[in-house]
Amino acid sequence: MNTTRGFTGRPRAARRGLPPGQYDAGDDWPVLSAEVTPEIAPADWTFRVGGLVAEPRTWDLAQARLLPASGYAGDIHCVTGWSKFGVRFGGVSLDAFLDAAGPLPSATHAVAHAHTGYTANLPLADLTGGRAWIVWEYDGEPLAPEHGGPARLVVPHLYFWKSVKWVAGLELLDHDEPGFWEQNGYHARGNPWEEQRYSGD
Amino acid sequence: MHTAGAFTPPARFAVPGRIEVNGRVAGTWQTATLTEIRRETPRASTFRFAVPGWAGHLPGQHLMLRLTAADGYRAQRHYSLASAPDESGHIELTLDRVPDGEVSGWFHTEARPGDEIEVRGPLSGFFAWPGDRPALLLGAGSGVVPLMSMVRHHRARGLTVPLRLLVSARGPEELIYAREFGAETTPVFTRTAPAGTPVGRLTSAHLAPLLAEPPAGGWEAYVCGSNAFAEHASRLLVAAGQPVDRIRIERFG
Repeated sequence: MNTTRGFTGRPRAARRGLPPGQYDAGDDWPVLSAEVTPEIAPADWTFRVGGLVAEPRTWDLAQARLLPASGYAGDIHCVTGWSKFGVRFGGVSLDAFLDAAGPLPSATHAVAHAHTGYTANLPLADLTGGRAWIVWEYDGEPLAPEHGGPARLVVPHLYFWKSVKWVAGLELLDHDEPGFWEQNGYHARGNPWEEQRYSGD
Repeated sequence: MHTAGAFTPPARFAVPGRIEVNGRVAGTWQTATLTEIRRETPRASTFRFAVPGWAGHLPGQHLMLRLTAADGYRAQRHYSLASAPDESGHIELTLDRVPDGEVSGWFHTEARPGDEIEVRGPLSGFFAWPGDRPALLLGAGSGVVPLMSMVRHHRARGLTVPLRLLVSARGPEELIYAREFGAETTPVFTRTAPAGTPVGRLTSAHLAPLLAEPPAGGWEAYVCGSNAFAEHASRLLVAAGQPVDRIRIERFG
C-alpha cells in the first residue's frame, strides 16, 4: 500500500451504499455532458426501439405517458467519482417499451442513442427486469434540459454515463458495439460496485 | 449482421473523439513524486511531479489521482493536465483550493516536495487537441488548465495553426497563468478589472470577430469551466454559427 504522508481523508462514517472510490455529492448534481445542451421541446421528443425486434416502435411523449407509470427512487453513481443519494425519477419502465417492440431471441446488447448523437452500449440484460427507465420527471418536476429533459434513460445500477440524456432510441444488436465514452477509453459495462471505470478495469 | 450504424438518430452525430486511448496505460497506477509547488493565484497552485513511467499525453487530456490514508482509505479525483507533452518525465497539475476539499485540501496544506501520490492516465481522447486543427479555446476559472496545456504545446512546438484563448476570471488577481499569456489570449474579467478594461462576462462581441472570419477548415472549439459557464459559452458559440459537432465541452463535477 502506498500511503500518502499526512493524508487522513474524510471521517470514515462512510455511507452505506457508497461504491468503492466514490464520494457523496450531497445536494449537488453535477452536469458533465460533453456536448451542447440541445433545446428539444417536449412535443418534438420521440423514442424509438429498433434493431433486432419483432416490430420497431416509436413513441412521442404523449404516447409514452400512456404506458404504466413507474419510477426509480434510490442512488446514482458517476464515473468521475460522485454519487448522489435518494434521487427520485418518474417515467415508465423500459420493459414496457421493449415488450411492445418484442426483442428477438438473437438480441444480446443494445446501443442507446441520444437526440444529440451521443451513444452508450449496454448488455440487454442490464436494461430489462425492472432495472432501467425512461424518465421525464425529477422530484416530481419536469426533467431539466441540462439533466437530459425532456426525457432520458436511467440505468442506476451502472455508472451514469450509461443513462443517456435526451434519449432518442434503443437499437438492439446481437453483439456489443462501443458507444461514445466506450470508444474514448471507458469500460464496456461500467458496474460501480466493481469499479469498472476504464477499459481494462 | 445488424449494426448500430443502421439506426439514424434524428439529430447530428456527437463529436467524435480525437485520438485512440491506450487502455493498458490508462489502467495502471503509477507513483508520482512531487518535485515543485508554484503559487499561481491566492486560490490556485501548480504541482509538478516526476512520473518516470509516464506514457505521454496530448493537451486536453486528464488523469486520475489518488491519495491513501494509513488505514487504507483512499480518495481519488480527476484532474486535467496543465503541462504540455514533453520528454521531461514530469507532469504538472494546477489545482484550485476547494473549501473543505478532501484532496485539494491536502495539496494546499500538507503537500511538499518529495511526497509520493499515485496517478493513472492519460485518460479520454474526447477533449484532446493534437495540434492539428485551428483551436478556439474558451475557459473560466481553473477551466483554463487543460486549455493552457494546448497554448503551451502550440508555443513549444512553434505550431502555425491558428489558436485563440478567451479566458474568464473574476479579476486580474484570480487569473491563472496571467504572466504566461501572449497575443493569443484575451482575458475577460467579470468582477474587477484593471483601469480601462471593461468588467462583464463573456459576450457574443468577443466571439463575433473570430467566427465571422474563421480560419480554413473552421475552428475546433474547446470549452472548459463550471456548468454555468459551459452552458453560457456553448450557447454563444452556437448563436455565432459554430457547428455543434465542433464544440467539445468539459464541465467541472
